[in-house]
Amino acid sequence: MSYRFGQMLGIEPLSADEITYLLDQSKPFQEIQRHPLKKLATLRGKTVALAFFEPSTRTRISFATAASRLGADQMNLQAESSSLKKGESLLDTVRTLDAMKPDCIVMRHACSGAADFVARNLDLPVINAGDGTHEHPSQALLDALTIRDRRGSLEGLNVTILGDILHSRVARSNIHLLSKFGCRFTLCGPAMWLPKELECLGPAGTSICRMTRISEALQDADIVITLRVQQERLHEPALAIDEYVLQYQLTPARLRLARPDALVLHPGPMVRGLEIDSAVADGPQSCVLEQVTNGLAVRMALLFLMISSADAPPEKESSHAAD
Amino acid sequence: MTATEIDRTLQRLAHEIVEKSGGTANLALIGIRRRGVPLANRIAQAMRGIDGVDVPVGTLDITLYRDDLSKVASQPVLQSSDIPFTVDDKDLVVIDDVLYTGRTVRAAMNGLFDLGRPKRVRLCVLIERGHRELPIEATFVGRAVQTSDAEIIEVRLNEVDREERVLLVERVS
Repeated sequence: MSYRFGQMLGIEPLSADEITYLLDQSKPFQEIQRHPLKKLATLRGKTVALAFFEPSTRTRISFATAASRLGADQMNLQAESSSLKKGESLLDTVRTLDAMKPDCIVMRHACSGAADFVARNLDLPVINAGDGTHEHPSQALLDALTIRDRRGSLEGLNVTILGDILHSRVARSNIHLLSKFGCRFTLCGPAMWLPKELECLGPAGTSICRMTRISEALQDADIVITLRVQQERLHEPALAIDEYVLQYQLTPARLRLARPDALVLHPGPMVRGLEIDSAVADGPQSCVLEQVTNGLAVRMALLFLMISSADAPPEKESSHAAD
Repeated sequence: MTATEIDRTLQRLAHEIVEKSGGTANLALIGIRRRGVPLANRIAQAMRGIDGVDVPVGTLDITLYRDDLSKVASQPVLQSSDIPFTVDDKDLVVIDDVLYTGRTVRAAMNGLFDLGRPKRVRLCVLIERGHRELPIEATFVGRAVQTSDAEIIEVRLNEVDREERVLLVERVS
């Protein structure tokens, strides 16, 4: 069974079968990360436009490396140096990029729905690399690949997400993805970051509960996803950094409350000593570096599938016609 | 070709490879997905009967190395390559069902050289049907068949197709 992906704007509209297919298609790209020569010529002559309207280091480097390893060229647009600073609208900027004829556009924007808006206005595959507090699909896919590799399956896991859930697109995409496989969620953090509306994410019947005490939230957890705490959002009197560390930092003692084989994930960038203790970050349960490597595989798969299906003819030829 | 003929041909190919390589030392087989894989396994099994040695077998998926990505199928499906040994300094025999344009073999060689530097690479095919578009020839040939461009060679193997035969059919256009 195979699927076509014209756009990759979010995890929410995908089915469990489509997600499984995407993860399966990422496996051959995991192998390539282990080859002595990691560069393919598969997308030679294709161009990937990387439009990052919000500062990003790791996601941009990951997509750029994924494109390079597939042999594709890149156009780079970065917030700091872009014409946005000069007052150009989003639509004009992406139309300008489109006029240079890329084969795919990867974009990040601070506004939720920005990728969807661009996809509706351009006749080009769009990959959402994060839009506001909405979705970050490639992150959820790489997390799922990491979990599936370690656990063998995504079915029915207890997932605890720690930190600023309210502002996290990573949390939303992860909930959308893992809920399709029957996972149960515990969201934990300061009450101001846990609005009741979060319980409505995922398909009907998804178990999502909110807790403010980390000791309760970690009980029976199979997966612990620690989010980055954006320090600009921590300020008195709402919550001081010291207070957050005291109440919510993932420490070895707290991790022992979870299942003994629980996995720890972090989307990065990680601040040691704030949301996570070094002993946990470097411990055997931590998947942080696997996540980074798997990110390349997932992004290579996305670029490959979207660009190759964009210019494929509708009908299938006989398997030996091209031998 | 019937099941018995296919089996006899593979036995003969196994003997030929062992003979021309002066034994099985340093030898390894690479089956090209999909139908080259069961053929490689069967040849390896036949070699065990000849030399009593297990020749390592790897499998290679060449989808990512094709030069006609957009023309192959509406949506390519990738499968895993699995080569559980280093190809450096190995004497490799690449195995596929049909040799036609030669483009699959070119792709396979690109894939192999991304993994290392084999000492030698030779090609073994069950059916050689002509119409090459690249300067590639097989060292070991099961059967050479005269074909026209309008014909298709259909190799059907138990492991993949649940039946065992080789057919020459007209292309339905």
